[in-house]
Parts: sequence; C-alpha cells; structure tokens
Amino acid sequence: MNDNQTAAIAPPTAAEAPAQSPDRAKPAAESVPAAAPRRHGPAGRFLRDPIAVAAAAVLLLVIATGVCAGLLTEHGPNKAALDAVLADPSGTHPLGGDGSGRDVLSRLLYGSRTSLFAGAIATGVALLIGVPTGLAAGYVGGWWDALSSWVANLFLALPGVVVLLALVAVRGPGLVGSMVVLGVLTAAPVFRLVRGEVKRVRGEPYVDAARVAGLSDPRIMGRHILRVVRVPIITQASLIFGLALIIESGIAFLGLGEADRASWGAMLNDASVHVYDNAMLSVWPGAAITLTVLAVTLLGAGLRDAFEDAPKPPAATRRRRVRGPAREPAVRVDTGALLVVDGLEVAYPAPGGEAAVVDAVSLRVDRGEILGLVGESGCGKTQTALAVLRLLPVGGEIRSGRVMFDGRDLAALSERDVNALRGRRIGYIPQDPMSNLDPSFRIGSQLVEPLRAHLGLSRDAARRRALELLDRVGIADPARVFAAYPHQVSGGMAQRVLIAGAVAAEPDLLIADEPTTALDVTVQAEILDLLRSLRREHGMGMILVTHDLGVVADICDRVAVMYAGEIVETATSADLFARPAHPYSAALLAAIPDGAGARSRLPTIPDRVPSVHDRPSGCRFAPRCAYAAPGCAVHPEPTTHRDGAVRCVRVENEVIVWNR
Amino acid sequence: MITFLTRRLISAVALLLVVSALTFFLMDLLPDPGRGILGVSATDEQLASKRRELGLDRPVVPRYLDWLWAALRGDLGTSWTTGLDVADSIGTKLPVTLSLTLTATVVCALFGIALGLFAAIRRGIVDRSVHVLAVAGFAIPGLWVGILLVALFAVRLDWLPATGYVPLAESPVDWARSLVLPVATIAVSGIAAIAQQTRNAVATVLERDYVRTLRSRGLPLRRVLLVHVLRNATPPALTVVGLQFIGLLGGALVIEQIFALPGLGSLAIGATSQSDVPTVQGVVLVSVCVVVSVNLVVDLATGVLDPKVGMR
Repeated sequence: MNDNQTAAIAPPTAAEAPAQSPDRAKPAAESVPAAAPRRHGPAGRFLRDPIAVAAAAVLLLVIATGVCAGLLTEHGPNKAALDAVLADPSGTHPLGGDGSGRDVLSRLLYGSRTSLFAGAIATGVALLIGVPTGLAAGYVGGWWDALSSWVANLFLALPGVVVLLALVAVRGPGLVGSMVVLGVLTAAPVFRLVRGEVKRVRGEPYVDAARVAGLSDPRIMGRHILRVVRVPIITQASLIFGLALIIESGIAFLGLGEADRASWGAMLNDASVHVYDNAMLSVWPGAAITLTVLAVTLLGAGLRDAFEDAPKPPAATRRRRVRGPAREPAVRVDTGALLVVDGLEVAYPAPGGEAAVVDAVSLRVDRGEILGLVGESGCGKTQTALAVLRLLPVGGEIRSGRVMFDGRDLAALSERDVNALRGRRIGYIPQDPMSNLDPSFRIGSQLVEPLRAHLGLSRDAARRRALELLDRVGIADPARVFAAYPHQVSGGMAQRVLIAGAVAAEPDLLIADEPTTALDVTVQAEILDLLRSLRREHGMGMILVTHDLGVVADICDRVAVMYAGEIVETATSADLFARPAHPYSAALLAAIPDGAGARSRLPTIPDRVPSVHDRPSGCRFAPRCAYAAPGCAVHPEPTTHRDGAVRCVRVENEVIVWNR
Repeated sequence: MITFLTRRLISAVALLLVVSALTFFLMDLLPDPGRGILGVSATDEQLASKRRELGLDRPVVPRYLDWLWAALRGDLGTSWTTGLDVADSIGTKLPVTLSLTLTATVVCALFGIALGLFAAIRRGIVDRSVHVLAVAGFAIPGLWVGILLVALFAVRLDWLPATGYVPLAESPVDWARSLVLPVATIAVSGIAAIAQQTRNAVATVLERDYVRTLRSRGLPLRRVLLVHVLRNATPPALTVVGLQFIGLLGGALVIEQIFALPGLGSLAIGATSQSDVPTVQGVVLVSVCVVVSVNLVVDLATGVLDPKVGMR
C-alpha cells in the first residue's frame, strides 16, 4: 500500500545514467567505454533475456486463468457450500474451501480477473493523464508548465491511500471508481517523469534541427520525443500496474471492495480471520499477488532493457586488487626518470568480454619536465592519467603493465601505500573546475583537510598555508574565497583553487587533466603561466592531458600523441610541430586552422575515433589515414624515431615527409 | 533561508486548504447521508429531518467555512454514527498510528541506510541482494507478510501477541511486544526500499568528480566516505525516508487491521464503511497535517544541509 515504493525500485540504470538515445552522441567524456554495437532489435534482445521471458510467461498464464476461469472450475467464486467450510483439498475442491465454504481455486481464478482489471484501469488512467500533460509541460513550458507542475506536486504530497479511502466513503465500494482515482493520483509521478525527460531532450541539437527542418511540433513530439520517453514510461507503467494490484487487494482486504467480486485481497481477509484454523488459506492469494506483481515489474524491466539496449550492469563491479603477471621486485629502472609507464593496459568489463581503453601505453616523465598527452576525445588520455593515480572509475582496472614512480611500481602497491603518495608526491588537477569541488563544504575546509592529513599541520597553520596557496595561485581576495562555498566562485577561480589544492604539498609529479579546457582564453593563459612558474619553483614533473595543441606548443617539452588507446608518437614539442612523424599527428596539426592562432581547439579529422569494440586489427588509424597502404593491415609496433618513437609502418619503411 | 521557509510554509498551508476543501465538497456529493445512518427503511420525511439536523440543508460553501473555522480552533465536529467528538476520537487513535509508523520508519531508516551504504561501497553480492530484495519487497503485499508473521510467531510459536495494542504509558515492554510484528511486517519491504534508494544516492555521489579529486589529495577512502559522501548523500536519503513515512500512513490502514491495532486506520475504515462524514474529514485533515509537517521537516533539514539554499 505504499505509493513511494514505486520509486524505490526504479531501475538503477535509469537513475544513474541518462537514458541513451540512439540519436544522441555520447558526451565527450572518456571515462566510460562505449556500448557494444547493437546486434538485435528490441524483440530479439527481449527474447534473449530469460528473466523477462519468464515474467511474460507468468503474466500470460495469469491472464489465461482469468479469461478461462469459467472453464477451469465448475464452482462459482461466490457459491458457498456448508460442507466446504474450511474444507481440506479434495477432488471437488482442489485447493479446499474458505471460511464461508467457497471454493478456493475458483476464487483464486476469478480473482485474477479483478486484479488485472484493476491494474489495467489504474495504469491506463495514469498514462492517459500523465503522458500528454507531461509532454505539453516539458515541450511548451510557460504558464501551462507552472500550473501543471503545481498541481502535480499537490497530488504527490497527498497521502494517497487515505484520500482513496475518503472517496470510497463517498462513492461506495466500486472497483472501477477507486482504480480511476488511483490512476489520477499516480498520474503525478508519470507527469513528472515525462516532463523531466522532455525538458532534457528539448534542447538537444537534433530536436532543434527537426524544428529548423520545418517539422511540426506534434510530429517532433511523436518522432523524436516519444522515443526518448517511452523507456521510462514502460518502467513507470509496470510499477503503477503492480501498485494497483496491491492497492486493490488492500481495499478488498479492508472489506471496502465490491462484496460479490472475487478478489485476492478479500481472500487474504478471509485467511487472516481464520489464521488460527488454516494457515494455508493465505498462501494461495498471497503468492498469486506476489507472483503477478513480480512478473509485471520484471517484465517492465525487461522491456526497458530491450528498448534501451543498455549493457547489463557488469556482474561484479567490486574493485578487485590489481592483478597481473607476477611482478619482479620494484627496482629502480631508470634513475633519471620521475615516472615511467611501461606497457600499461586499462580495461573495463564490457558485454562479451573486456574493453581495453588503454593498450600497451608507455611513457616517461623526467623531473622538471612537462609531457603533453594529446589526442582526440575518447583516445584514452584521461584513463591513462587516472590509472597513474590508481583512481579509475568503477569497473576500470589496470590489467597489466608497470607504473614506476620514483622507483616504485604504483600498479603493484597496496591502496594504502598509493594513498600515501597521492596529494603528497603526486598532485592532480582535474578537468572541470565546477564539478570537482564538494558543493557541501567551504573551499577553505577542502584545502585545509588534506594539509592537516599530510603535513600534520595544526588547524591554524593549515589555514595560513591554505591562504598562502590561494594567494600564490593568483586569487585576489584569499580570505573571501577561503570562506566561500564552491557555487559562489567563478570557474576560473575554482580552477585556481583546484591547482592550489594539487600543489599544496609541493608534489614531485603533477597530473593535469585538461586544466584549461573549461576556461576562457585569458584565464587559460594565466593558468598556464601559473603551471610554468610552479614547475620552475619546485622542479616538478608534469603530465598535461589536453586536446589543445596550442597549449602543447605553449608549455610542453615533449609530447605523446594517443590514438584509440595507444600511443602513436612521442617526440619533443619542437620536432612534433616541425616534422610530425605519424600521419595522425600530422592530421592533428593540419587541422589547426591557419590564422586562428595556435590556441584554437582541434577541428575534427574526417570520421571518428573507432570505439573500443570495433578497432581495426591492423593500424588503428588506417581507416582515416590519407597515407594508408596495404602494409597497414598489420598492427604496427612502435619504433625509435629521432628522440622519440612512432607507431607507423610507413615511417619505418620509407621516411615520408608528410606534407602539411 | 527565510524566503525558502516562507515559501514552503505557504505551499503547505495551500495544500491543507485545497485538500480539506476537496474532501469537504466531495463528501457533499454523498447522495443521502441520512440513509446510511437511519437505514433503508427510513421514510423520506425522516431523511429530510435528519438532513436538517445535520445542517445539510444549508449551502455547502458557508458550511465549509464554518467547519474550517471550527477546525482551526480544534473542533472537528461530532461523529454522525457514534455521536463522539471527532477530535477526541482522533486524539486517542493518533498515538497508536504514530507509534507504529514512527517506530517502523526509524527501524527501516537505520537498517536501510546502513545496508544501502554498504551496498554502494562494496557492490558485489550485497548490492545485488539489495536490488532483488527491493523488487521482491515491492511485490509481496504487506498484508500477506503480516498474516504469515502472525501464523508463525503468534500462532505456531506463541512468542508474541497476534493482535492488540498496549499504550506506552501503561507498560513499555508490552507496548514494544505489541509493535514487534506490525513493525516487522512493514520493515520487510521498507528496509529494502530505503536501502535501494540510499544505495542509488550514494552510488551517484561516489561517481562525482569531487570524490575522485578528494581522493587524489590523499585523503583516506574511509574519511572521504564518512565525511564527504555521507554528507552529500544525506539529503536524498532523508527525502526517501520522509516519503517512506508518508507512504506508511496509508500502509498503516492495512497493518492496523491485521493486528487489530486501534489506530487512525481502524477509525477511518469504520467511518468509511458507515459514511460517517465528519470523522472521515477529520482523519483526512489530520493525515494531511502529518504529511505536511513531515515534508516541512525534510525540507528544513535539506535546506540546512545544502549551502545553496543560503543559510549563513
């Protein structure tokens, strides 16, 4: 009888990840591997889901017994026989008789009619009211949105069952009436859901495009918007159906239903009266309700998955300890280098195996050196950076390779040992300043907390140090920012705060993931100046992840170019800009528009980076490469080239001077 | 914060007014309330005099205003069937319902939040179990669970009383014993529901960028979880608990019936089946008051926890 439980089992996929529409390009985030290519239509996927098929079968069975009740039993559901009172199962009464001498089997069969009817009415009414009003509110907005949202909130705040009861008091017992009212009451969550989804896709480019193309509003709604909302609607509808079944049984249980209508709830009432005489009486209707509601709910979830084509959440996402081939004891491999990444592979569980988003990546950063890690979105740059910090998103794992930091293999250290290095010796500047500060805490406390943990400073000393840091990163009024909440400062300010946090303990290595992408051009330049001077002062090494070649030219000593999970070229900045060796590097450089200055973003090279699942078996860039040759069908290994390395057979065989 | 609170208060009062007016006018549609009281054999004359006696010959709007004015002073009228003062009846029944719903909410919240937190952090088997339990808890009707618990613990094992209620003031031990089975009935689905919601809230916070950034500063995972994740996951978890409590007001109707608890639910059901309009109106009004107060408390707590609401 609890309306709000519907929310409780709302599908996690819908709650955690925005529904994926096929028309919607994934955001540029590199954090999650792309979904598997689709192979089956919704029907095919549905049939491959054993739970959904079983749920559908159970539901069909319930429908069939309801429809054929008259054929399956000769007893009427309300016909009482004195000799059947609390009778044990027998030939004439296969499930026995109830407290009034009615046949239990017959009541069970006829009861399914009532339940399904109740569910259908409530669900139908809720959808009929909730969907159109929600579509209109989300699409048109304005006063209609304000008014209908107000009404919906009013309904949501009602104690639904109590209101329902009051209405039963007025209208008298009536299945149809009470289920219509339940439908009206549950239309509010449907409305909210549809409105929210529509509002979300309303601003999507493809909807705008449809409008520019001259499609009428109803057609846009029908073709583009309904597609997006159908999945959450299916889930919600199945929950309302289940809820209606439970409420109907509750009303009948309380004796407020139609007396002559067989109902599972009324059977439970009889069972509760005779709980001392025959405990089995409650099992049949109880199990019937449970099974039916379960079937409807699971069917809804199955349909959702079939339409959504979402990969099932990986079976075990619990973070495991890094495993891999037995590692030799950590020895100092390269005394000059601060960080040496060797053969790093990062993988995520994916439908049908694993997806290696980072593949055999090797890097080297010396003290005081800034290494640029460049490439288009989705190439694995961020994943590489996070792997070094051992802070991969849930599911991500270092499958093999070594991450030697100052002579110790980070990939093999315990979480505790890695944590001792984080912040203290390895700093991290994240990409988006606004999402990387905890909104619930003041900026000052977020700076002070690690300072106290790492340097053992007293509260006052940590506070002084934090204010110094804020001043150091160019914040004019450190005391104000110190006391502010993150939402009270600008993006540039927040990025400075994050830099201050990253360098607070004067780390040896700084990992900066697109530190300037979210900022406007003047702030960008200031931030880069800041990083440069921090390097000068502390001699820290730095990995600068970016897709902005202007930033690379500005600040990096060396560059590693990533493509589709692997490094295709490493070179000094000067070499890369003067004579790129890999065709991909050359294409990246060529894509900088002349005259727009070096600081513009990379325009795209034709076509896109292949997803993890459909990488070519040969050279991964070959399909987009202007210089592809038959030899490119073999996956190339990196070869030494000038001061770096390059992964291209054409360079090995014939040194090409790529024309820019 | 002041404006935030004022707006919430205004909308709460508006909700109370709208709901009370709606129920009042709906009740007025009742074809012939006298019939329910006097029985089928009553003559038209008797019915008419009953209408006059109940004041139903007056137009509905002034009657509503009178009722509202009286209600504001705590007078909810007298029952049409028992002649008892409605406010008094509610006053004796409400503590039973609140005992049940508050205890159940506390139990569900404690276990549910702990379990949800655990599921979000450890994932794996606990996480999947919580999800399965939440789905199953939704599907199993509370009334069946109640009957099964009575059959097992009261009838078969005779550990606990099957029915009845002992006021807290009379005997705290018997009060607790009378609540164990009803609360357990609610907890079966309630814990799983809250756990699932908490798990989703915590999982969402865990994926936030700032959690990773805090960890990149070298803060121990435990500290990040206990301080930052918990703090940010509290408002949604609180909202869920509030909703759960409101849902329980409805659920209590059935639970009270199974365990013969003399609460608001049994009062409402009796009044409903006898078309005792003043009592139904009173129960609806009090329920909505409780709902509105719970929502206000949740809003207030969320407002205090969310710096963006602007409490300095």
